[in-house]
Amino acid sequence: MSILEEVDLLKKIPLFANIETSKLKLLAFTSERVTYAPDETVFEQDEIGQEAHIIMSGEAEVIVTTPTGPLTVATVKKNDFVGEIAILCDVPRTATIRAKSELTTLCISKDLFFRMITEFPQMAVEIMRVLAQRLEKTTKVLAQAEQELRTARGGAK
Amino acid sequence: MQRNVFSFIWRFSRLEQIYVLFLTVASFPFLYYSLELPKIIVNEAIQPGQEAGSVFTVAGFEFEQIPYLFVLSGMFLALVFINGGFKYYINVYRGRLGERMLRRLRYELYLRVLRFRLPRFKRMSQGEIIPMITQEVEPVGGFVGDAFALPAFQGGTLLVYLVFIFMQDPILGAAAIAFYPLQAYLIPKLQYHVNQLGKRRVRAVRQLSDKVGETVAGTGEVLAHDTANYHLADYTNRLGEIYDIRYEIFRRKFFIKFLNNFINQITPFFFYSIGGYLVIQGDLSFGALVAVLAAYKDLSGPWRELLNYYQRTEDIRIKYDQVVQQFQPEDIMPEEQIHEDRPLTDPLSAEITLSNVSFAEDDAVPSVDGVNLTLNTHTHVAVLGGSGSGKEELAMLLGRLLVPSGGRLLVGGQDMADLPNSIVGRAIAYVGPSAHMFTDSLRANLYYGLKHRPLKDPVRDDAEQAVRRRRLADALAAGNSAFDIAADWIDYEAASATDAQDLQARALEILALVELDADVYRMGLNGTIDPAVNDALADRILKARLSMRGRLEASEGKMSSLVELYEQERYNDSATVAENVLFGTPVGHVFALDGLADNPYMQQVLDRASLTDDFVEMGGKVAATMLELFADLPPGHEFFEQFSFISSEELPDFQPLVARIEREGTANLRQEDRRRLMALPFKLIPSRHRLGLIDDTLQERLLAARKMFAADLPAEWRQSVEFFDPAAYNAASSLLDNILFGKIRYGQSGIGDKVQAMVAEVVAELDLRDDIVAIGLDHSVGVAGARLSTIQRQKLALGRALLKQPDLLILNQATGALDGGSQGRIHAELRRRFQGKGLIWAPHRPGLAEGFDDVLVMAGGKVVQRGSFRDLAAQQGGALATLLESE
Repeated sequence: MSILEEVDLLKKIPLFANIETSKLKLLAFTSERVTYAPDETVFEQDEIGQEAHIIMSGEAEVIVTTPTGPLTVATVKKNDFVGEIAILCDVPRTATIRAKSELTTLCISKDLFFRMITEFPQMAVEIMRVLAQRLEKTTKVLAQAEQELRTARGGAK
Repeated sequence: MQRNVFSFIWRFSRLEQIYVLFLTVASFPFLYYSLELPKIIVNEAIQPGQEAGSVFTVAGFEFEQIPYLFVLSGMFLALVFINGGFKYYINVYRGRLGERMLRRLRYELYLRVLRFRLPRFKRMSQGEIIPMITQEVEPVGGFVGDAFALPAFQGGTLLVYLVFIFMQDPILGAAAIAFYPLQAYLIPKLQYHVNQLGKRRVRAVRQLSDKVGETVAGTGEVLAHDTANYHLADYTNRLGEIYDIRYEIFRRKFFIKFLNNFINQITPFFFYSIGGYLVIQGDLSFGALVAVLAAYKDLSGPWRELLNYYQRTEDIRIKYDQVVQQFQPEDIMPEEQIHEDRPLTDPLSAEITLSNVSFAEDDAVPSVDGVNLTLNTHTHVAVLGGSGSGKEELAMLLGRLLVPSGGRLLVGGQDMADLPNSIVGRAIAYVGPSAHMFTDSLRANLYYGLKHRPLKDPVRDDAEQAVRRRRLADALAAGNSAFDIAADWIDYEAASATDAQDLQARALEILALVELDADVYRMGLNGTIDPAVNDALADRILKARLSMRGRLEASEGKMSSLVELYEQERYNDSATVAENVLFGTPVGHVFALDGLADNPYMQQVLDRASLTDDFVEMGGKVAATMLELFADLPPGHEFFEQFSFISSEELPDFQPLVARIEREGTANLRQEDRRRLMALPFKLIPSRHRLGLIDDTLQERLLAARKMFAADLPAEWRQSVEFFDPAAYNAASSLLDNILFGKIRYGQSGIGDKVQAMVAEVVAELDLRDDIVAIGLDHSVGVAGARLSTIQRQKLALGRALLKQPDLLILNQATGALDGGSQGRIHAELRRRFQGKGLIWAPHRPGLAEGFDDVLVMAGGKVVQRGSFRDLAAQQGGALATLLESE
């Protein structure tokens, strides 16, 4: 796969949709493309994160450790962006990512990610927008969940 | 050391000076006669009107006029030869004498640096010492040959002329020297100010050099705190000061010159007026006046020389004084301590006694204050205390890095201060918190503590032996060291080794003890060997290559292949285009990556493989991509260094070039631009850069170029590339690259670790580890150990002390940088090894002394507690308990 194809892929990711092609090219050129065999771990929960991954091909499972054991909470696939939380706010990884099939990701190191953001503010704005959207969505879901919880408690009384 | 430059010169070159003087005087008659002869030739031999047939006598032989002329001319020629010969011989002799004295002076100064007590270097910096030894004394060398001969010669000449003038007429004679007293009085007065300025200049330049040294050492701080402008201003200020001083010196110097010239020129005024008057009055013959005038003209030469000599002498005197003053501290180590080679017959005596020992720098508060102690040198003692408690100074006193400023420190009844270094430096090993590493290999640094005296003469052939004999004679004549640096200095016996091989085994053992072996192993893997010298190892590395290959093939099923091997018939996607075409490692600069496009042979190969246009084309595309990616970045951005094919300085130059290619293609480019573009594709690694420029057909053609390159490589460049050959060791590549014989692929997770693990398996299987560590020992530590981390330096310093097997090991916070785990292991191993030997330990944390039966707790320069760690720690409110609480 050449850089141009990678750039096409990046463009399909909402986070990068509005960013100039030349910047995406720079991102692709300066990041490493990494291949994982099936069942290989991309990163482990509670580790300190040093990079984020954009999935270029293949699928991976998002696994969270719960008191009752590991729980697969989602599957990520092509165009998904994983691991950005840990590098944005320095918290340990919130989940484990494990390759389900042969997996190729574009691995963006924390350093590179921050440098890109400082260098190209429109990228930062874009990321903010995506995160805000996520927050909005999460808030909605939370509100809904609280509503449900309250109803359930009310029902129990 | 002689306080005056003349006594220094006289003391060490008396005989030579007299010899030079003698030669000078001996040359005098010839010189005189060579001035006399032309007069005789003109007056007697050539003079027309000589009677025909008149006969001239020379040394008893009679000649007619013409033969007489030829005989005299012949004599003139001979005199020219003799005078020239004298001059040549005297100059060479003087030059050599000067060099010898300069060398003696520099040696003496360096010896003094080695004799300085440690605290001296707190007041005197490297930046001051270096210019003193190197530049400031340099003019002394040139002066030595002139010191006595010049004034004698010029003074003598002056005297001869003066006598001549006085013989002609005493009054004129008096007139000729009338101003000499004035000059003799005035010039030194004026010169005095110049001398003072000269002293200030020397000091100012020294401080300047000190500042430069400081800036170099503190570059990191300058960057970290944005203080470059502050330093520039300070530097400017100093330059301004020096400028002022120098300007003042010039002014005064030239004024003195002006005055001299003026006075010299004014004397003829008297000759013309008074002499003329006397001639007119008939008291003086006209001829005599002319003769006096001529003599006076000759007089000014030597007189000027003498005045110049005076100025130069003053200059040298100041320089010498200024330097020597700095090297005459009161507390300097006696010279014998360095030279005396008293063999260490007994192990260090069983007791060190300190009676009322104090240590203070200058008039500061003593850091060790009246300590009375007896230490058994066969047991382990811990010295504890907070910062400023004096524990560091006590450790240094015991290692004799410092000497007590009061009281006595006795070892077996002898004052430690009087023991020669040959005993102290071998029986005791002191390791401080930041031991110095010398700019050399790891091995040299590790063996450093074994190099006390030359032990085995080097093997030399007759010619080399002759050179060595001559140089030794010269060294001795200049009072330098007679020891041979090329000899084997390593004291194998001290390390309980029999030879170099054995010592290396001991060194590896110690590297493992201080846990430095893994680091050195890595350095060894990245090191190179010369298979001609080390053929056995090269063979085993080739076996490792085979084994590696087997493992790689076996793992192929489970994981995609880790290493892309070099194969003659296959294009290597993980290597650069340059490596693919060369199919080897460049040796030297001929085929180095940076200049490959300019190499005529490479150009020829590309032409024949009709790749030139493709390279230009690709270069254009790479340049366009680079411009697109990096043009927006500020110059000097770290991405350039890390990722760009083109540096930030060059990038703008490519802009018009790329624009032009977009307009009209690459066909009409200038040769120079084509060259620049061709340089770019060489750096491409297809699987890493993913620019999609190298397709299958191009790979085929690059392979064809690879074959052509190897087939027709001119003999002169055979040595400039080491080809990849699966069956041969590649001397230009590292051990690791030789084992891998390929490139680690890009883009697999954790591939580096997997390959490392596999290499480790191979190394274990073939038992190569020790050999690789030994190669790692030849790794250079960089300037003052800069290529090692602080931890590595501490470990190496510890290893250096252990290798020489001291009777007493003194550790002063020597393991502070190590992590907790290795600290614990190393401490335990050290204590086990030094069972029954002396170990004095001032650890960086008091808790580390747990388990010591003899603990000294210091505070305010005094020992406040002594006992076993357990007992002292148990005393509530005691000094140790307090220390442990605050830890």
